[in-house]
Amino acid sequence: MQLTLWSYEGPPHIGAMRVAASMQGVHLVLHAPQGDTYSDLLFTMIERRDSRPPVTYTTFQARELGADTAELVKDTIQSCYDRFSPEVLLIGESCTAELIQDQPGALAQGMGLPIPVLPLELPAYTRKESWGANETFYQLVRGLLHERRPAPGESRPPRPEGQRPRANLLGPISLGFRCRDDVTEITRLLDMIGVDVHVVAPLGASPADLLRLPEADFNICLYPETADQTCLWLERMFGQPTVKTVPLGIGATRDFIAEVGRVAGIDTSGIAMPDWSRMPWYSRSVDSTYLTGKRVFIFGDATHAVAAARVASEELGFTVVGLGTYAREFAREVRAAAKQYGVEPLITDDYLEVEARVAEAHPELVLGTQMERHIAKRLGVPCAVISAPVHVQDFPARYAPQMGYEGANVLFDTWVHPLMMGLEEHLITMFREDFEFNDASTPSHLGHGTSPGRVPETTVSAQPQETSPAEGDDASATTWAPEAEQELKKIPFFVRGKARRNTERYATERGIQTITVETLYDAKAHFGR
Amino acid sequence: MSLVSEPKQGGCALPEIARERGQRQVFCGLAGIVWLHRKIQDAFFLVVGSRTCAHLLQSAAGVMIFAEPRFATAILQERDLAGMADCNQELDRVVADVLERRPDIKTLFLVGSCPSEVIKLDLGKAAERLSEHYSGRVQVIDYSASGLETTFTQGEDTCLGALVPRLPALPSIERSLLVLGTLPDVVEDQFRRLFDALEIGPVHFLPPRQASELPPVGPGTSVLLAQPFLGETARALHKRGATLLTAPYPFGVEGTLAWLKAAAAAWGVAPERVDEVAAPAVARARRGLARYREQLAGKRIYFMPDSQLEIPLARFLQRELGVELVEVASPFIDRQLMEHELALLPEGVRLTEGQDVDTQLDRVRAARPDLTVCGLGLANPLEAEGLRTKWSIELVFSPVHGFDQAADLAELFARPLTRGALLQV
Repeated sequence: MQLTLWSYEGPPHIGAMRVAASMQGVHLVLHAPQGDTYSDLLFTMIERRDSRPPVTYTTFQARELGADTAELVKDTIQSCYDRFSPEVLLIGESCTAELIQDQPGALAQGMGLPIPVLPLELPAYTRKESWGANETFYQLVRGLLHERRPAPGESRPPRPEGQRPRANLLGPISLGFRCRDDVTEITRLLDMIGVDVHVVAPLGASPADLLRLPEADFNICLYPETADQTCLWLERMFGQPTVKTVPLGIGATRDFIAEVGRVAGIDTSGIAMPDWSRMPWYSRSVDSTYLTGKRVFIFGDATHAVAAARVASEELGFTVVGLGTYAREFAREVRAAAKQYGVEPLITDDYLEVEARVAEAHPELVLGTQMERHIAKRLGVPCAVISAPVHVQDFPARYAPQMGYEGANVLFDTWVHPLMMGLEEHLITMFREDFEFNDASTPSHLGHGTSPGRVPETTVSAQPQETSPAEGDDASATTWAPEAEQELKKIPFFVRGKARRNTERYATERGIQTITVETLYDAKAHFGR
Repeated sequence: MSLVSEPKQGGCALPEIARERGQRQVFCGLAGIVWLHRKIQDAFFLVVGSRTCAHLLQSAAGVMIFAEPRFATAILQERDLAGMADCNQELDRVVADVLERRPDIKTLFLVGSCPSEVIKLDLGKAAERLSEHYSGRVQVIDYSASGLETTFTQGEDTCLGALVPRLPALPSIERSLLVLGTLPDVVEDQFRRLFDALEIGPVHFLPPRQASELPPVGPGTSVLLAQPFLGETARALHKRGATLLTAPYPFGVEGTLAWLKAAAAAWGVAPERVDEVAAPAVARARRGLARYREQLAGKRIYFMPDSQLEIPLARFLQRELGVELVEVASPFIDRQLMEHELALLPEGVRLTEGQDVDTQLDRVRAARPDLTVCGLGLANPLEAEGLRTKWSIELVFSPVHGFDQAADLAELFARPLTRGALLQV
């Protein structure tokens, strides 16, 4: 059993729903008890979807368990087919149905419906939502294209003369993070390079579109969380190469263009950055100097977290002080990136552990999911959301991609906006005791007053010590002189905890019993900022 | 069951109820935790279930209570099911974790779910064992909120039902009024003032604000239901000797007056005295309702089955605001507890028990009502078809009982219409 207060991902059948809800002509029948229909509201409320997701549930209750749930499954499938006339039927089960073992997939296949019926295996007690989406998309593509794969050794026909290279954009999905706008942005970017988008899937695709996937020259794995298995299979079966760079940030967008060029056989060296790509100049602009070395904690799905770390460090000049993901399937990528930034990777789906690690790292900015937004709010640290799980606010009315050049513009605005601006920060550092303009206030452009979530300094710095026995023991050996304690309060709240710990470590290592103002500054000189 | 009934109005036959079976678009009883954990301030709700249960709670609760929830899920995993881990030991470990994190908790509810029921995990035994282990510090109580057993608000019924055996005995010579069902604190206080003025008392509420302060029950207890979905709890209280007072539910002026009069009758207070005491509140409520009557009269409404509040709310809308009832569907209709409400509904109203969501939506589309009351999964799709909707969940989460909330209740139904008329986009 795993104690869970809040979870980053739903069960795997939610992933299957997201694939079905992304597409046209695909319907999912879920063998699930009454109550599991709650998940419809993710689509109708979070994404503001204007139609019900294409999912029909058996909604069995106790009385059906005593009778024949298999009949209920078949009746549900039949009435779903009659009512919605889907082109493809997916059959899945939720956690409870998995336990009663009705084999709805086999039942459905035995019904002789005149359409493809694909049973899904969604192990609810070992797997989670993203895995379910990845698996469902793969089973769907494989199920429809399996029979059409060329014989081994048969080579792809060459692209007709004069036809631009064509790419499939794979991975955008319902309830994904900014997928809608990323697709538009990447389509525009590819057009600039001279590449046409052939099929986008699963978002907006029909089964007929999936059948056209092999016609493209290559695939772009835009969201590996949804599409890496599918891309791999298409590569193996149809010889379509996969573009793996995810164009999040300026550097990655450049790498993406270069990779697309290599795969498509296009010389991209002459492709200039468009003049509306403002992020590089904004970041070089002197007013951004204050961003240098800002301590940033990053947590999200692996793709967005790893990309955010690169943007933060290479394109905004931040210091990455934490990097992690809730997606164990992609832990390797995050571990590799964390090594590069010299931080301990955090691979967990335990919200409480993430909260403890954020508090411990004393970041000045948190880039995370909606969950980290709450953590940051409680700790009084600014935050920007970079990844699913999503919330209604992650579906803005305006165009706000994350990928490509416009995406980089959006990243600059969204990450920098929550921070206090340069000169304001200086003033606060200089006159720390101003009663109405101090570091417990929110940045002036974000409204007045004290941020309600901002925890008093003592709590922020004391917490990690209390929870970490090693440090607690060290700290108990030394005491703070009252003047030193006063002086400590003059240090900005977001680095105060670190200053306290460093000073205590410095004192302990040197056998200093009482920390004085002198010790504090000695430690500062020793450790640097 | 001994009932103290009000004389039936009109004496006409109860309306016919059509039964429907098919796909249900409702929450399971776990959703009740969303309000129960706020009401009972020293209690923690630990769901023993799957990732789906955790996800449901999170989705139903949304972000409004993100701060520090007094609920969590012990998620069953492969090793629990495969017998590699002893579920009871695992549960003990998780409970220890929870109680260590929240030393302020006095009552721990172990909440059964669909998977825990299917694998026949005996939470009753676990609760007994844990109660003994934490004796003197925490009481551990189990109940089921699984979708197999409970529909949405029925989760409150099973929760409160589990408290009944633990209620202290009311000495046989004493009497008391027990108001049953979660009410917002502000409404509870209003009712308490009215009962005080009528010299009815002592008055207790179930659930209480602290689970460590359970109200007593005994042969001298009269039970008045504030929510219509608590049949099992009412019957359990009856078994402990309490008398059930049946009345319409306290929605709107008429319902609240009749509800108070049921208590008054049991205490030998004349109905005229109730009219007198309630007069200022009644006048206020009527003034407040007049404004919405103008807007709502003649409008056609359709209730999708959801919270079991459908029938009392339909009665209020029809009789006090002149709304026309196209269809009133409820997941489950307890004929005994709905007796007074059903008698107040207009003749020929279409009543449905149960759900087949697709055919109901067909009827909604055919009837094109001015307002459809439905769950969050259906509201936006219907809005996109040009139909105005009211989220039923808001009716469970807002203070809507009693005189001083009558106009607020009407406003909840009027707002989508106002907004529809306002928007030019």
